[in-house]
Amino acid sequence: MNALKRIFGARFVLIGVPYLWLLALFFIPFLIVLKISFSEPAISIPPYSPKLDVSNGLVAFWQQVREFGFENYVFLFEEPLFYRSYLSSLIIAGIATLMTLLIGYPMAYAMARAPRSWRAILLMLVILPFWTSFLIRVYAWIGILKKEGLLNQALLAIGVISEPLTILNTNAAVYIGIVYSYLPFLVLPLYASLERMDDSLLEAAQDLGCTQLKAFWTITFPISLPGVAAGCFLVFIPAVGEFVIPDLLGGSETLMIGRTLWVEFFNNRDWPVASAVAVILLLILVVPIALFQNAQARAEEKVL
Amino acid sequence: MAKTLGPVRNEFSPWTDSDAVPFISFQNVTKRFGDFTAVDDLSLDIYEREFFALLGPSGCGKTTMMRMLAGFDAPTSGSVSLDGTDLTGTPPYRRPVNMMFQSYALFPHMSVEQNIAFGLKQERVPNAEVKARVEEMLSLVKLEAFARRKPHQLSGGQRQRVALARSLAKRPKVLLLDEPLGALDKKLREETQFELMDLQERLGTTFMIVTHDQEEAMTVANRIAVMDKGRIVQIATPAEIYEQPSSRYIADFIGDINLMEGRLTAFSEAGATMQCAGMGPKPEQTLTVQIECDTTGTLSPGDAGWFAMRPEKVRLSQEVPDGIDPANPVNAVEGTIYDIAYLGNVSVYHVKINDGFIIRATQTNATRLVERPLSWEDKVWLYWGADAGILLAS
Ligand SMILES: Nc1ncnc2c1ncn2[C@@H]1O[C@H](COP(=O)(O)OP(=O)(O)O)[C@@H](O)[C@H]1O
Ligand SMILES: [Mg+2]
Repeated sequence: MNALKRIFGARFVLIGVPYLWLLALFFIPFLIVLKISFSEPAISIPPYSPKLDVSNGLVAFWQQVREFGFENYVFLFEEPLFYRSYLSSLIIAGIATLMTLLIGYPMAYAMARAPRSWRAILLMLVILPFWTSFLIRVYAWIGILKKEGLLNQALLAIGVISEPLTILNTNAAVYIGIVYSYLPFLVLPLYASLERMDDSLLEAAQDLGCTQLKAFWTITFPISLPGVAAGCFLVFIPAVGEFVIPDLLGGSETLMIGRTLWVEFFNNRDWPVASAVAVILLLILVVPIALFQNAQARAEEKVL
Repeated sequence: MAKTLGPVRNEFSPWTDSDAVPFISFQNVTKRFGDFTAVDDLSLDIYEREFFALLGPSGCGKTTMMRMLAGFDAPTSGSVSLDGTDLTGTPPYRRPVNMMFQSYALFPHMSVEQNIAFGLKQERVPNAEVKARVEEMLSLVKLEAFARRKPHQLSGGQRQRVALARSLAKRPKVLLLDEPLGALDKKLREETQFELMDLQERLGTTFMIVTHDQEEAMTVANRIAVMDKGRIVQIATPAEIYEQPSSRYIADFIGDINLMEGRLTAFSEAGATMQCAGMGPKPEQTLTVQIECDTTGTLSPGDAGWFAMRPEKVRLSQEVPDGIDPANPVNAVEGTIYDIAYLGNVSVYHVKINDGFIIRATQTNATRLVERPLSWEDKVWLYWGADAGILLAS
């Protein structure tokens, strides 16, 4: 009995650790942000006046929320800057995800089809950029994309262009940055799902009358869809809230919610509105996160 | 003249008809992978409606043969033709041949129905016809109730049936089966073997099966090619392969056999006489074996040869058998029971003769245990008829 208890005790600790982690580093901070979003900016430290007090009981709490609570949220919907930022973030992240997929799929496919002995090396190469700080890698793109940067010099040298292109501080640079930074997140799950596929499936398709190209579209691609979905969400979800890339590579035209939040938080020092922005961002992302979980579960489902 | 083996199955034996045109023909086919030769200058003719088996140990090139017929591998040299057409350069998707894969290769994202319909859809067969054909195939393999299931929701035996139905749906000229029953348990495998034979007879399709299981090959096929290291060592009916193996390799590979080495002393119309040194009634005596066989072959008196005899052809007796001279026996030898393997339906007696050589004799257990008189260390006589064994070259 005692032994059993000890085993179960150990198991609960093991299972409990990740939950504690989530509680301490995700849920509690979220509650704090949520609380701030129901406050009013103030010239104080911290720069908001707590409007909420749960000590008087839930009824009083609800009363307070009714009195003022949603003011910050209402403001978000009245002010075009915010909903345009959300929309623009979703569009930029969506387009960038699509571009990442178009580049990442052939990469993952080529890796999965490469001779077995090469695969480990190719996988290493995909992971290699993670050995350098993300910030430094994004900074490096400034050197490549700026007017007198490497890219323009190279294109001028081979005579493709006669005038240097303006890429830095445009949305194009943001797309390049997102595609570059998040490519491994798409390639890795996709590679895993393609590599697992049995080659005899393609031979069977050919045996039954498919050309190789048709076999790809009717067999390989549908089977890799859970991998595609998992990879796309892994790019899309963080890209929506991305701040560093639009800030360093984007221009004045680049409207992304991460940046708006930054401005609200640091420049305007309006913590309550910034918190409301963050809460809404999370709510928007709940849908793709749930879809991602679903895709992940399907990808892990035993495929024969 | 020696007796030849009569037709064992029905009268279907196009390979004995010199006018018959082969349906599938491998001509001097060689396949190399790098410097490894998987198939070595092999020629093989298979006739329409045959159930043909390629039998051989793992790695002898059976799958490679099949893949060359299906079009997944191209011969390094030589050619493969089907129904009078040279297949060289024809891609797999244009060959009127379908294959059932060793791993089944069912499409995991499609239902049973969709898997079976796949080949027909590629041919743009009208939907109504596809539906009818899928239903026909489902009833053929008795899977009507599982049409909507995905492959991972089926048992191993059911998956095997889906794979079979899928490869038959296009009504191929030839169905290739690569170790089709390898993943099934013994009982199901035996059942399925009979179903396959039944199916082949009903459809009249030419079947070519690859297997390393000799019982399976002998059960289903009407002809077997025994392969070894990329070559064919014998092509014959199951009965011929069993009763008339062409070499010691085949005799040993198929079933159980007693192999005795000796020297040929006399040849006559009726057959050969062989003396096996050290196996006679006394250690210094030879054992005289008379073999009813065709003596026009490559052997002649004075040559060394092998006498090969299946254990079930050897008879056992506690007394000196009728017509045998104990001092100078012919086709008989006395020994001691060394071991008995009781297998239920039969018992295998390992009988040690003079120089320690062991001859195996199988006895059908036609009666219950109590009545079996032989035991360990008993002295017994082994004897056989002149047609019980065959003579093989060294
Ligand atoms: N694609 C290949 N590359 C290299 N060697 C191969 C290839 N395919 C088969 N072989 C080799 O050829 C031999 C015959 O293989 P196979 O035809 O699959 O044998 P089996 O009789 O077991 O079906 C094996 O030794 C195998 O290792
Ligand atoms: Mg094989």
